[in-house]
Formats: sequence, C-alpha cells, structure tokens
Amino acid sequence: MRASPGELRDAFDHAPCGYVITTPDGEIQAVNETLASWVGRDFDALVGTPFAQLLTAGGRIHYETHFAPMLLASGSLSGVAVDIVASDGRRLPVLLTANVKSDAEGRPLLVRIVADDAADRRSYERELLAERRRAEEERGRAVSLAQTLQRSLLPPSLSPPPGLEAAAHYHSPSAGDVGGDFYDLFPLSRERYGFFLGDVCGKGVAAATLTSLTRYTLRAAAVGDDHPVGVLHTLDSVLKQDTHAGHGWFCTALFGVITRDSNGFDVEIATGGHPPPLLLRADGSADYVPIDGGQAVGLFARPTFSSTRITLSPGDTLVAYSDGYTEARTGPRSRYDDDGELLRFAAAHSPADARGIVSAMRTLIEELGSGVDDDAATLALSVTRDDDR
Amino acid sequence: MTFAGLESGTTVMLAHGFGCDQNLWRLVASRLEDRFRLVLFDHVGSGLSDPAAWKAERYSSLQGYADDILEIVEQLDLHDVVFVGHSVAAMMGVLAVAKDPSRFAKLVLLTPSPCYLDHDGYTGGFTRADIDELLESMESNYLGWSRAMAPKVMGTPDRPQLEDELTESFCRNDPAKARVFARTTFLSDNRADLPKVGISARVIECLHDTLAPRSVGAYTHEHISGSDLVTIDATGHCPQLSAPDQTAAAIADFATPA
Repeated sequence: MRASPGELRDAFDHAPCGYVITTPDGEIQAVNETLASWVGRDFDALVGTPFAQLLTAGGRIHYETHFAPMLLASGSLSGVAVDIVASDGRRLPVLLTANVKSDAEGRPLLVRIVADDAADRRSYERELLAERRRAEEERGRAVSLAQTLQRSLLPPSLSPPPGLEAAAHYHSPSAGDVGGDFYDLFPLSRERYGFFLGDVCGKGVAAATLTSLTRYTLRAAAVGDDHPVGVLHTLDSVLKQDTHAGHGWFCTALFGVITRDSNGFDVEIATGGHPPPLLLRADGSADYVPIDGGQAVGLFARPTFSSTRITLSPGDTLVAYSDGYTEARTGPRSRYDDDGELLRFAAAHSPADARGIVSAMRTLIEELGSGVDDDAATLALSVTRDDDR
Repeated sequence: MTFAGLESGTTVMLAHGFGCDQNLWRLVASRLEDRFRLVLFDHVGSGLSDPAAWKAERYSSLQGYADDILEIVEQLDLHDVVFVGHSVAAMMGVLAVAKDPSRFAKLVLLTPSPCYLDHDGYTGGFTRADIDELLESMESNYLGWSRAMAPKVMGTPDRPQLEDELTESFCRNDPAKARVFARTTFLSDNRADLPKVGISARVIECLHDTLAPRSVGAYTHEHISGSDLVTIDATGHCPQLSAPDQTAAAIADFATPA
C-alpha cells in the first residue's frame, strides 16, 4: 500500500509534532498545521518570519548564538529544549530536532525542524534543576558554617609580649570540614605569656567540640598554675571526666610559658605526645627542642608529660607545628618527614623571623598539595633583634 | 591560537562572540586566506582555551576580554591589525582600540550591539528578565543536552559532515564559564565607548537579526564617527555561516589597504 501525495501532505500537516521548514539562515518557508495551531497563527502569518522569533527572548538568544551555528556547522541538532510563545502569550515547552538539506557541493539549501511537545519532561527537569540548586545551597551553607566554626576556634589575633614577634598559619585540606588543630598565644600577667598548639583526635563537629573544650581548659588552667606540665595534667583530668569518658577524647599538645629575661625570653615547654618544636637560631643553625615526647593527653590512666626549658635570644625563632606537615603523603608509602626532611627544611630557612618561617611553612604545605590529608597548623615565635627594636 | 593565510598579507584578527568558538569563522576564513594573514583565537572560557587561564572576576567585564586581545597583539608583535569582532567581540574590539589603538589599523564590527538591554530612549531589544530566561535556557539545555552530549551525529546523507572533533566541541563550552560570559555579554552597556573609537571602522549588520536589529546597527554606525555601514541580505546573527560569501566580501573589501 502506498501513500498518495494527499496522504503525505496530511501526514505532514497533522503529524503529532510541529514541523517547520526554513531557509539555511532561519526564515520560515513552511509550517505544518500542528505547529500553526500550537502557536495560534496561520500559515501565511508565519511564512517569511525568522524561526527564532517564535521563541522566548532568552531562548531566541540561546538559539541564535548556539543552536543555529551548530546546526549549520554540523548539519544536525537534537534535544534542544526551548519554549515556543503562542500568540496569546502561553509558553509551550518543546524539544527541537533539526537537520539540513544541502546541495551536491555541501551548500545548505534548507533546514527541517521538528518540535516535540515536552511539557512533562520539562517540568520534571525543572524539578531536578531546583533540587540540584537546593543541594548546592545546602552544601554552601554547610561549608560556610564549618568555616565560621573553624575561625571561631582559632584566636582572632595573637598577642605577643613586646620584643616578641608571633605568626601562625592554619591549613585545612577540605573546605567543608572542621579540623582538629588549635593554637593560641595570650598574656598570663604583665611578664608572663602562655602559648599552646595541639591536635585533637578526629574531625568534624565532634572534634570542634573537643577543640573548644581543650582551648578553654588550657587557658583557664594556666591562670592558676605556673607549671606547663601541671596545665597538661589539668587538661588530662578534664578530658577523662565521666561525662566525656564515653567519647574516648584525647589530644596531643604543646604548652609553654614565656617569661622575659635580661637578654630575651625564657621558655618552659611541656609536651603531651606532640612532635617537638623546631628552634631556628640567630646564627643560622636549626634543631629540635630537646624534649621527650610525653604521652597523649586524655588517653592514659597515669600519663607522663615532660618539659624542658630553653632561652630565646634575639634572632632566635621557636616553631611549633602539627603532624599535618610531617605526615603529608609524598608517595604511595612515604611521608614528608620519614627521614628528617622537616629539619633540613628548617635549616635551609634559618635564620628566619616568625613571619618569614610561617610564610615558608605555608608555601611548603601548598607544595605538598593533595598529599596533605590532615589539618596543618604552625605557630612561630621570634625574638626581635636589637637593631629592629 | 590559529594562524592561517598569506604570510605577507594584512593581518586580520577574527574574534568570535558569545556561544561558540573560532570555528565559527571556518567558512569566512577559507574565503580570506588567499589575501590576508589570519589570526584566530578562542576567548578564555570558550573553545579550546586553557581552563587554567579562567578567572571569573576578570571575565565578568568585557574589559577583561579586551585586555586579552591587547596582550595577544602585543605578544605576537602584530601591527596594523584589522580587528574583526563578531557580536559581543565587536565591543571587545571597541574597548581594546579605545585603550590602545597603536597596533590597530581598522575595526570591523560584525552584527554588533553596544547594549542588549532597553534603556530609556534606547532599544536594545531585551529586558533583564529576558537575560534571566537565557540563563535558564542555558541551564536546562546543559542538563538534558550539552552535558551528556554523546555527540549523536544523526544521519544527514545530503550534508557532508565536519570532522568529528569539531562537531563534538563546537558551541559546547563549560557551563559555569558560559554563564559568566552570558551575563558579561548581555548586561554590558558600551554605548559610551563607541565615540572613543578613533580608527577607521565598518559596521556589518544582517537584514533580519533578532539579536542585533537594524536600529541597533544604525545606532552603532552613527556613534562611531567616520564608520560605514554594510547590510547583508541574511537572516540571523551568524552570517559567517549563513552568508559566508557576503560576509567575507564585506570584510575583505574594507580590510584591503587602499
């Protein structure tokens, strides 16, 4: 059975989709009745007008800047979502499919465009889109909450005594998470200052709670206790109190007390399982502060914490840091400080003042890049040289 | 960056507008390359440009794109350049020439619009709501179409296909960057910059362009003193593809040194 020309014409006019024929540059040459009835205008009113004129203004820009050139360049187009505007202002979501008829030399002769009713699909897509936007907003809120929390856990500004310069940097590998490193430098009296830097177990909201508890416990304990080791014992007791026992909370921490002496500062440092600080001397040497590791705070029934006493002279710099630096991955089975790289790094930068070494540490952590999977904090204290005062 | 054409010819720099990339010039370039030295490039954020060069802040103003153009002519040490900017790139050309005309001889503005939005007394053709609608259209098409774009080249037996790679990448730019470019393009108002063009200029418009209607072509021509206006008998906004002969002729006729 063959279709007669009349039947073919009918198939064109009453196809279950809109049908448009345009010149290569988009002027309508013919439309079928389905499309004409969607638009609410008759054949004669549409022929001779630009096809893009049928679309919403926004869709028209998109069509003219993307789809029309793509169609001419590639010869076909499919799945283009646009809205046709009817004469009464109603919008009809359609999906366009089109191809180009060309002559033997490849010059385009005309364009055939089919428009499928896409109201259902479009509303589904709009829902998906709205859902995605909501998810993105949620994520943005979570990130900003985490960042606000993170900021609130770090001191707004360090308060060094006159003659001492302080600098610090905090690096968090993931923007959306709250990390577990903390530090502070604060006055205990006119002559004495306290500082600490540490790392609580875990990450996220639980770690943030623990960080907060640890910070304020250390600051409060230091008010009535002249001995850094005693301060760490107070923190240990607090972390082990009944209410928190179930949490298994612990941390590593350095706690120090700084006192001015005749030619610089006397520093007494206690450690609870934290990596020893670096000491960059004015003469360009560098070494670790000789201090035994001690035990992590909050983890053992009768922990031992050790302390040592050093003198910082003009040009000397003390650098505390967290294991985000030393443990940064540098290969499948290698960590940054596996064989003493951090000390070599310090030696290469010594002498340096607090700002200088923190800036170098910051560059270092950026260079370690994706190998850094924990927070990395550093706090440096340097004695101003006489000629800088 | 693509170089083509006659080494000794006048340098003609072809800059694409919002939407596609330098491949839009394909048919025009092949008609100009026997007489001119052609320089084609993709704006940062479009085509095959370096993704690392993208800075949303820089490309939130047309001046950022214009500064790139000045950098290109400087780094390549080009002189007496005939700059041809299509659509929004015409305004990039205006801004570049206004800032430093020293390396440019002539400016061709192909289907330009100094301002797409209507302002009191000026008809750009669009409202702010229309531009939001464009952004929405871009978004809904990226969702269903551009993103999962396994390039289905449908059977079009009567049309020889372009190379696959061109078809795959053409007009498919990074959605986030395209959004910024769309805003920059359609929310800019460069009417006040037109009189700053101090070099010879030609405005080329299409007879039926729903993006840059003839009133806008006339406005652009009137506000660049000494410019002339050529109207191509074509519909649409990209005559490089729909009327390559006339477009190339209008450029060549103007670019050829007297």
